[in-house]
Amino acid sequence: MTTTSTSPAVRARRGFHTRRWLLTLLTYLITAVFLFPLAWMILAAFKTEAQAFATPPVVLFTPTLDNFHRAWGAYLPALTNSLVAALGSTLLAFVLGLPAAFALAVYPTRRAQGVLTWMLSTKFMPAVGVIVPLFLLFRNLHLLDTLPGLILMYTTMNLPLVVWMMHSYLTEIPAAIYEAAKVDGASVGQEFFRIALPLSMPGISATALLALIFAWNEVFFALNLTSSAAAPLSVFIGQFKTSQGLFWAQLSAAATLTVLPVLVFGWIAQRQLIRGLSFGAVK
Amino acid sequence: MTTVPVTTTNAPPAPRRQLRLTPVALIWPAMLYLIVTTQVPFFMTVYYSFFRYNLVDPSSRPFVGLENYRNLLSDPQNLRILINTVVLAGGTLLITLVIGAVLATLLNRDFFGRALLRTLLISSFLVMPVVTAVVWKNMLLSPTSGLLAWLAQSVGGTPVDWLGQYPMLSVILMIAWEWTPFAALILLTGLQSLPEDQMEAARLDGASPMQEFRHIVLPHWTQAIQVVVLMETIALLQVYGEIYGSTSGGPGIATTNLPYFIYQKAFAEYNIGLASAAGVLTVIFTNVLAVYLLRLIGRTATRNREG
Repeated sequence: MTTTSTSPAVRARRGFHTRRWLLTLLTYLITAVFLFPLAWMILAAFKTEAQAFATPPVVLFTPTLDNFHRAWGAYLPALTNSLVAALGSTLLAFVLGLPAAFALAVYPTRRAQGVLTWMLSTKFMPAVGVIVPLFLLFRNLHLLDTLPGLILMYTTMNLPLVVWMMHSYLTEIPAAIYEAAKVDGASVGQEFFRIALPLSMPGISATALLALIFAWNEVFFALNLTSSAAAPLSVFIGQFKTSQGLFWAQLSAAATLTVLPVLVFGWIAQRQLIRGLSFGAVK
Repeated sequence: MTTVPVTTTNAPPAPRRQLRLTPVALIWPAMLYLIVTTQVPFFMTVYYSFFRYNLVDPSSRPFVGLENYRNLLSDPQNLRILINTVVLAGGTLLITLVIGAVLATLLNRDFFGRALLRTLLISSFLVMPVVTAVVWKNMLLSPTSGLLAWLAQSVGGTPVDWLGQYPMLSVILMIAWEWTPFAALILLTGLQSLPEDQMEAARLDGASPMQEFRHIVLPHWTQAIQVVVLMETIALLQVYGEIYGSTSGGPGIATTNLPYFIYQKAFAEYNIGLASAAGVLTVIFTNVLAVYLLRLIGRTATRNREG
């Protein structure tokens, strides 16, 4: 008797389970679709040119490292440029932005919010609104096609991000800690170096990572302000497309090397990245 | 080091008179840097926009007033550029919001492998835009040996020249591939802060899933949605690398948006005057939109705080 009365409930639960299972399957499927182009590119990096180009597509093959060997010579200078530009601009953005974020967070005046908003608003300035005079200025100052020139512009790009993010992290440090330090006679500089800096290390690494990724992936300034000597990876990859003949496998190898470090760091710091990408609006 | 001003020492040693670090002094370097690298060049852009100035003949640079603006606004082709810009940004935004919302909802359940999927999902957003463009163009969309062409053939259809026949749609899908994870993950964090007790109460009161969504989920979700809209709008109006790497603005001007148009005017035709005028108009357009969106967000934020 009891079994017959519970059977609809069991059936309902079983239906619920099937639905849950289907939804999970759907989630996996959509994620797979999003990952597919990347996986396909990485796969092509280990194929021969003929295999990468073949129709129907080759799925089973003996992987080769040939493409990496052949691409490496031309790749290395671009890699060096990208590393220097990304690291240099991130460092400069922190040297300028971290003290500002500290002052705005720990000594907020009535104008602090205005300053922050203004800094964010410089991100609304499309690069095309400044590129022409910058190009002419850079030409006159002999900054065209140089790494310092690129670093200067990437710093502009990342400075508002650094100030916003670090402001968001630094306001989380309890005011009582600063007050205690002040009672002990700490100066502004000591508060910065002894309290703010060590306590905001997680924030600093997350913000730095995001700044590095943005500089690494940037292409507009890179294309218009560099040509060969200082050309970073984005320019290198972009110009790969103009070569003739079969080049997919080699291009895939270069692209894989370019994308992989960003992916690995991005996966590790995924949660922090989301906070940074929304300028601290979503935590 | 040698230029540090020496304080006069005939007065009794005042309480430590050395150069004291004030908070305001910490803010100025960053402010100055941004002023010099963004505001100054922008005003120079405004200045150049009033001249007929071509780098092919830099010696002659007559003041022409608003001629560049008149030329820009009177050429009906340029209306197409503006429409392209809006369609590209708006279309991509819409797709990323819809798929992002679905993904966020799916990921907001408890299932095996959830953390791994969430981590992997961000991947396409981290890919360099130029890489996205060349991979999609050559390996997925190519009508001769792209994967989609092979798929079409293997089910008996004819391969589609995606970038030739549906250039705007292709570019939108490509950029949506990059930005959907961003939308999904921001929307997911919004969902995770949903008040569980309210959901429970609504369910006990017999609310349908639709009612539950409209009256509890959506109001709570508004802020996350607005963040996505603001951030994406600003970024999508400036799309450049994806177009450069795939269609070069073509065929014709089918996928030329404002940034790509200005790039062509300035660096292919060396028409500094016209490119500057277009730059000024782009900045105005972007800022009007951004300020409007920020107001909207501010209003909801206050409403949320009060309610």
